[in-house]
Amino acid sequence: MKLIVTFITGLLFGLGLALSEMTNPAVVLGFLDIFGAWNPSLMWVMSGAVIVAMISYQLKRRQLKPILADHWLVPITKELDRKLVLGASLFGIGWGLSGYCPGPGLTALVNYPQEGLYFVTSLIAGSAIFQWQSHRNHV
Amino acid sequence: MDSWTLPLLGGLLIGLATALYLLILGKVVGISGLLANALFNPSNRLTALVFIAGLIIGGSAYGPLFEIRTPLPEARAPMLLIISGLLVGYGTRLANGCTSGHGVCGLARFSLRSWVATTIFISVAIITVALVQ
Repeated sequence: MKLIVTFITGLLFGLGLALSEMTNPAVVLGFLDIFGAWNPSLMWVMSGAVIVAMISYQLKRRQLKPILADHWLVPITKELDRKLVLGASLFGIGWGLSGYCPGPGLTALVNYPQEGLYFVTSLIAGSAIFQWQSHRNHV
Repeated sequence: MDSWTLPLLGGLLIGLATALYLLILGKVVGISGLLANALFNPSNRLTALVFIAGLIIGGSAYGPLFEIRTPLPEARAPMLLIISGLLVGYGTRLANGCTSGHGVCGLARFSLRSWVATTIFISVAIITVALVQ
């Protein structure tokens, strides 16, 4: 049952990305290019998504626990640190270079394989470098 | 149809997906985190792979299901895509989130970390585009 909910969630998320054209890097770059021919799509997407998500966090307050799970698994870290700032900056550079963030990048495997294969392979490599580095630091 | 209707509808769908995930399973939707779980966390691997499968199936409905409104860019140089992928892959792990985890869920629950991260990655991406183009 949990897996079905997980699949439907992924599917709805993907459909949302497709319907709003966030799967097309040209649209994302059009939003980021504020000094060029600005395409506001991403602003509408984020507004719509954040408003619905906000309502869900209000509903969560009245709910003791998730419908199909025993605990809430919402991040609790509050600290602002160098890792957050550096990580968000590196991500911003990468996102601005291609117009792909992780979700749309993964969908490019099907939508635009000539680009998606390069992007996703190196996306995995970047994540693996982080994994290897943090593993080494903790041993 | 107005230029903002479909993007707004798409956003509402993305919001609905994160709402269901939260209220039913108690979790935050974060694509970079899901990818990390699929790769490096055997106990959460199946869930993460199922989500990613749904994401890719839904996300490739562009074309078959929805009218293509903006043409895809001409294929960019492999080197640009590789550098971009490495930076996105590493950066989102270091920052513990990307456009979904920080940009949607984090903003919605008024997490200071996510507001800071989102402001930074959008600003840096805007500067990057301005410098490159």
